[in-house]
Amino acid sequence: MASLKQLALREEERPRFSGGHSLCAGCGIPTIVRTVLDSIPGPVVAVSATGCLEVATTRFPFTAWGVPWLHVAFENAAAVASGVEAAYRSMANRGRLSGERVTIVVFAGDGGTYDIGLQALSGALERGHRFLYVCYDNEAYMNTGIQRSGATPFAASTTTSPVGSVGRGKAETRKDLTAIVVAHHIPYAAQASTSHWQDLSVKVERAVAQEGPSFLNVLSTCPPGWGHDARDGARLARLAVESRYWPLFEVVEGHYRLTHYPAHPTALVEWLEMQKRFAHLRGVQSVDLESMIEHEIMSQWQDLERRTVESKSWFEERDSESA
Amino acid sequence: MLPGDVARPRTGGWRTGVKPSVDFALCVDCLLCWIHCPDTAVQQVHGVFQGFDYDLCKGCEVCSEVCPTGAIQMVAEATPLDPRGAILPEGGRRDG
Amino acid sequence: MAKTMLGVEVLTGGEATAHAMRQIRPDVVPIYPITPQTPIIQTFSRFVADGKVDTVLLQVESEHSAMSAAVGAALAGARTMTATASQGLALMVEIIYIASGLRAPIVMAVGNRALSAPINIHGDHSDGMLARDSGAVQIYAENAQEAYDLMVMAPRIAEHPAVLLPVLVGQDGFSVTHSAENVALLRDEEVQDFVGPYEIPYPLLGGRPSSQGLFAMPDAYYEIKVRQILALEAAEQVFADTARAYALRFGRHLGAIEPYRMDDAERAIVLIGSTAGTAKDVVDELRERGEKVGLVVLRLFRPFPHQALADALGGVARVAVLDRATAPGTFPPLFADIRAGYQGSAELRSYVYGLGGRDTAPQDIEKVYAELRQPAKGGIRYLGLTGEDQHGES
Repeated sequence: MASLKQLALREEERPRFSGGHSLCAGCGIPTIVRTVLDSIPGPVVAVSATGCLEVATTRFPFTAWGVPWLHVAFENAAAVASGVEAAYRSMANRGRLSGERVTIVVFAGDGGTYDIGLQALSGALERGHRFLYVCYDNEAYMNTGIQRSGATPFAASTTTSPVGSVGRGKAETRKDLTAIVVAHHIPYAAQASTSHWQDLSVKVERAVAQEGPSFLNVLSTCPPGWGHDARDGARLARLAVESRYWPLFEVVEGHYRLTHYPAHPTALVEWLEMQKRFAHLRGVQSVDLESMIEHEIMSQWQDLERRTVESKSWFEERDSESA
Repeated sequence: MLPGDVARPRTGGWRTGVKPSVDFALCVDCLLCWIHCPDTAVQQVHGVFQGFDYDLCKGCEVCSEVCPTGAIQMVAEATPLDPRGAILPEGGRRDG
Repeated sequence: MAKTMLGVEVLTGGEATAHAMRQIRPDVVPIYPITPQTPIIQTFSRFVADGKVDTVLLQVESEHSAMSAAVGAALAGARTMTATASQGLALMVEIIYIASGLRAPIVMAVGNRALSAPINIHGDHSDGMLARDSGAVQIYAENAQEAYDLMVMAPRIAEHPAVLLPVLVGQDGFSVTHSAENVALLRDEEVQDFVGPYEIPYPLLGGRPSSQGLFAMPDAYYEIKVRQILALEAAEQVFADTARAYALRFGRHLGAIEPYRMDDAERAIVLIGSTAGTAKDVVDELRERGEKVGLVVLRLFRPFPHQALADALGGVARVAVLDRATAPGTFPPLFADIRAGYQGSAELRSYVYGLGGRDTAPQDIEKVYAELRQPAKGGIRYLGLTGEDQHGES
């Protein structure tokens, strides 16, 4: 488990992602990227899907990336990464690489993961490539100007699910992407948040130690997309976790484990109220919507709790074996 | 492109009126500002907080929000600070 | 240099292509099945399963991912080949454009097939023409032997430092992919030696960090695209050099174009692909009757060998350009290209033939030569239509 000081030392030694990019003030993505990259011990090749991160960090001729980095298109980051991984395997087999283990990491947003990139992701997971796929989930197509995605939560207002005289924000609930990923029976999947950077860092360490695919879904705050003050990003990330909107958990070989239990869960409304995309919920008639979100969140939490209890003995056995 | 082929763009110009300042006496080197800064504008050496890179800082204020000791405060852009971001004492010089 | 020999085997175009791939020994081959390309990847998969080649096969979930994985692998530092056809090529096209823009020297076999709708699995060149402006080099084989030879030549063209672009090697669906004929194979070591090691300037796995696939604004995009276009133009000379090297070593010369009995020809046909076989027979027959007819077969379609074609056409009076694809609303692609670049005095006429695998018989070709005696009717002529549609000829 790395401390912040250790992560900082690594970044000092080998900066893998630097400022000067044009991501928005207060953007949540860079903290995800730096925590992930600084938590990986060996060499890295990064692959990005089209999106905020890609556009803002590699405006020709500038690059924010200190590691080998490749972007091809929006919907195919997992396929591109599987090509890099296959190249690594083949070249290693044929003695054309030094022995050092290279980690291939994908960074893609929710649009590039939940929606247009889902097929490529599914194929890559099924094939079992050794790579880490990080979805920075800011819950809408932010790069194109805040359009609704499969990750957008119920009732959230976006430019394609706007609140109007009839429209009340997104009419559907989120896709449970992590569950879809888990259904591929990959060795490691987890949800994380930058507010709990150490939880994220530990999950990265566990993910990249696997011999197959691993997946991290990391909530990424977005000042323009969520309609919050730039300064509030870290606080919103924390409230998402503490309100149980965004539970932190991991799934190891199919076994679930909550990695953080909010000691004093905060009210969901506290989190909702800080974001303009939910502003319409403040109206009297929107109590229904709010309770529907609450219901979705709580059933998700209870499900995770149940699964965590079910898996408890599995983790205990595993840990006693390794001890 | 190869990293280092071109100069890093200066994004300090994005700030809209405020910038971070620091009271080094209060800083405990927890580095929370460092990890949460979206722009790698928080400088540290060997785990010791060193101040801000104002060429990069976009003024988002996240650092002052996550600072647990109140060492980082946002101040008006025109406020004179030493190169690392410490508020200068009256008369324009920072002690020690 | 001495010509080396050569085992002759009865192989389909698809099998011959798979043999070329086995002998090239690419590092990575992403595959996805589609008729009529499937025999290529099936045969190659069999070679891998039997330990005859140690390539990493990637059984991806779509052609889009096949091409995407190919880009990742090729830029990572691995020699990468794949194969596709028709709708598969259509699905790949987005990424072929990007592969060209990222200068990824991927070699791809194409079993040329019609595009839907109506769905049709048979040969024509509509798929290749869809990828016409993708920036990739496009070469077309007449038969299984050429499919093999061009595939062996392709990596040297793709990976040449002045080119660094994808190369598509086309062969007509079924009439080449599935038709068995004698194919002279080179020895494995000869192929290995001819293609040499895979070298690109900035392999992602080469230890030196580079960023590839950047976002280019109006101040840079244009220059980057023009450099890419110039690289494709440079491929014409590289193709010629490679063909010469191949001929010197192995005795078979496959130039950008193949003029057939064009000396003193007054009437000529220009076409691409397997119908050249039929056309050559017709030319021989008409020549025996004393008719001054000739044929030009185009192998290199992108970059387009305008000068070589003009030289081959020489003093010919009338030329029928036969397209096995259309460009609805205007003239078909091969005709349009020739018309755009040709400065000679010959009269050019446009014919479409063989769409969706429609058989083109010797009589059809004879009819074209006969019509070239007559004054032009203008527009596009559609060869081989049946029933009342015959009157639909414009």
